[in-house]
Formats: sequence, C-alpha cells, structure tokens
Amino acid sequence: MISELLINAFLVTIMLSIAIALIKTRTVIFTVILTSAYSLVAALMFITLDAVDVAFTEASVGAGISTILFLAAMAYLPKKEEESISSEFIPALSCIILGGILIWCSFDLPEIGKLTAPIHQHIVPEYIRGSKEDIGIPNIVTSVLASYRGYDTFGETIVVFTAGVAVLGLLEKKNSTKKNKSQPKQKISKNA
Amino acid sequence: MISSTIGIWNYWIVFCLMMIGLFLVIGRKNFLKKIVGLAIFQTSVFLLYITFGKIKGGTPPILNESIDTIYSNPLPHVLILTAIVVGVATTALGLSLVLRINSEYGSIEEDDVSAQDLVDYHDDIETGKNLDLKFKK
Repeated sequence: MISELLINAFLVTIMLSIAIALIKTRTVIFTVILTSAYSLVAALMFITLDAVDVAFTEASVGAGISTILFLAAMAYLPKKEEESISSEFIPALSCIILGGILIWCSFDLPEIGKLTAPIHQHIVPEYIRGSKEDIGIPNIVTSVLASYRGYDTFGETIVVFTAGVAVLGLLEKKNSTKKNKSQPKQKISKNA
Repeated sequence: MISSTIGIWNYWIVFCLMMIGLFLVIGRKNFLKKIVGLAIFQTSVFLLYITFGKIKGGTPPILNESIDTIYSNPLPHVLILTAIVVGVATTALGLSLVLRINSEYGSIEEDDVSAQDLVDYHDDIETGKNLDLKFKK
C-alpha cells in the first residue's frame, strides 16, 4: 500500500520538476517536448491510480495528438519566446496566494485511497452492480460512459464538432485575406 | 505519520502544478506559452479527479469473478475521459487563434500585439479628427 503511494509521490514530483522547467525555458521546441513528457508522466500516474482507460486516452490523445498539433502550429510561428518587458511579480504573487489557500483547504480533504470518503458512497455502488446485471459489459467505465451517461458523451461530440468548425473557419479566413492584406500592412509601416 | 503525509502530498503537488499552469496563462506574454499553461492546468485537474477516485487496495474498475474485489471509483474516470477529448479540442482552437493572430500582426507576443493595436487606434483618432475638421470647413 505504502509502496503504491510512494510511486505516486515520486511521479508527481517528476511532474512538478517538468512544470518548473517549463517556466524557465524560452525555446518553443523545448516547451512542446516538455509538455509531451508531462502528459506521458501523467499517463503513468493514471495507471498507478487504477484509471487504465484514462491512462491510454491521455497517452494517445494528450501526449500524442496535442503534441502533433503543437508541432504543426510551431512550424508557422516564431521559434523563440521574447523576454517580457512588464513585471511578472503581480501574477506570481496572486498565484502563490491562491496556491496557499488551496493547500490550506487540502487539510479538510479525505486521505488518498480512503474507502469511507464521500465520493465512494453515492450512486457508484449501483453503477458497479448494474454494469454486470443490466448492461453486461465487464468494463464499468465503458458502461457508464456509453449507457448511464450517454448524454455526456453526446455533448462531448457536439463540443468537438463545434471546435472543428471554428478551427476550419479561422484557418480558412487566414488564407483568403492573405491576398488583399497588403493595404493594412502599408498603413502600419507608414506610421512606424 | 509518513503514510498520512504521503496521503496528502499528491494534493499539494497537484495544487502547485495548477498554480504553475495559471501563472503561465496570466504571467507570460507569449500566446503559445499561454496555451501550454492551459494544458498544464487541465492535466493537473485531471490528476486531482483521478486521485479522488482511488481506493487503497482497489483494482481498476473492470469486473472479475471473485466476489470481494474492491473496485476504484469509475465515475471520475468517465468524466475525465470526456474532459481529455474536450481539452484537445480547446488546444486546437487556441492554436488556430494563435496562427491567425500571427498572420495578422506578425507576432505572438502580447506586448507587440497591443502596441500595434494602440498605433492603429491613434491613427484612427487622427484621421477621424481630420475628417471632422474637413466637415467643419
């Protein structure tokens, strides 16, 4: 039991160091690769926390497809991040204060893995029983996803479709305005 | 003592990861870095949810023959499966917005973009004043 939690604590600490490296780096390719590594370590953590379905979705979608998206976008973007002129003190301070409040609240959270935690008491025992008796699928996650909460999955499909349409619209407009874009650019250069 | 510290250690680190993601979103001026921060924030929220669903000595929620098996909570897993796919859709939308901004302004730094906006704004005001003067004449 303890060893399981120790592996968890180790992996989550690796994630913290990757995130700190992300703050420090200013090169876009390092940023993308560190994000991919972060997702992969998160997938490992999901396995140790018994969420196998989430783990392979995170490994394929989070570490795979979003890295491909970042790399594809990176090809058209500047390769270096510029040093900011304005101070980062106020954002950092507000993040530290908010994090302190969250950590203070964490003392009221149930310990990890406690069977008596409130989240395990309601409705979930019925899902586990019903998955065998009503639906007949051994994988409980699948039966909840496709049957008990099918409307959630339907809504997710709508969200993904809307995002796809929006992406197509944005990129389409970019190509069409490129031809007659010379006028505003001249205007800017005159002012400068 | 050690077990109780490790018991909430995950929560602490997850909150730190969330704050790092939030800092990248609000503190950094590079739009690509902001989207990366959003992804970091999302993944840490996923971790928080999955951590809630863990039961000590439980198995992954796939039914087996023995009667006294404890299954970890499948409900957060379902919610997070949905959220991962929606998160990728969000990332794609954000990246296409960044590409659009880059083709329009030639930069993805917030300072440059707002400076160009300011120049355009003053330009509009000046031409507007000129127009007013012409009409007055």
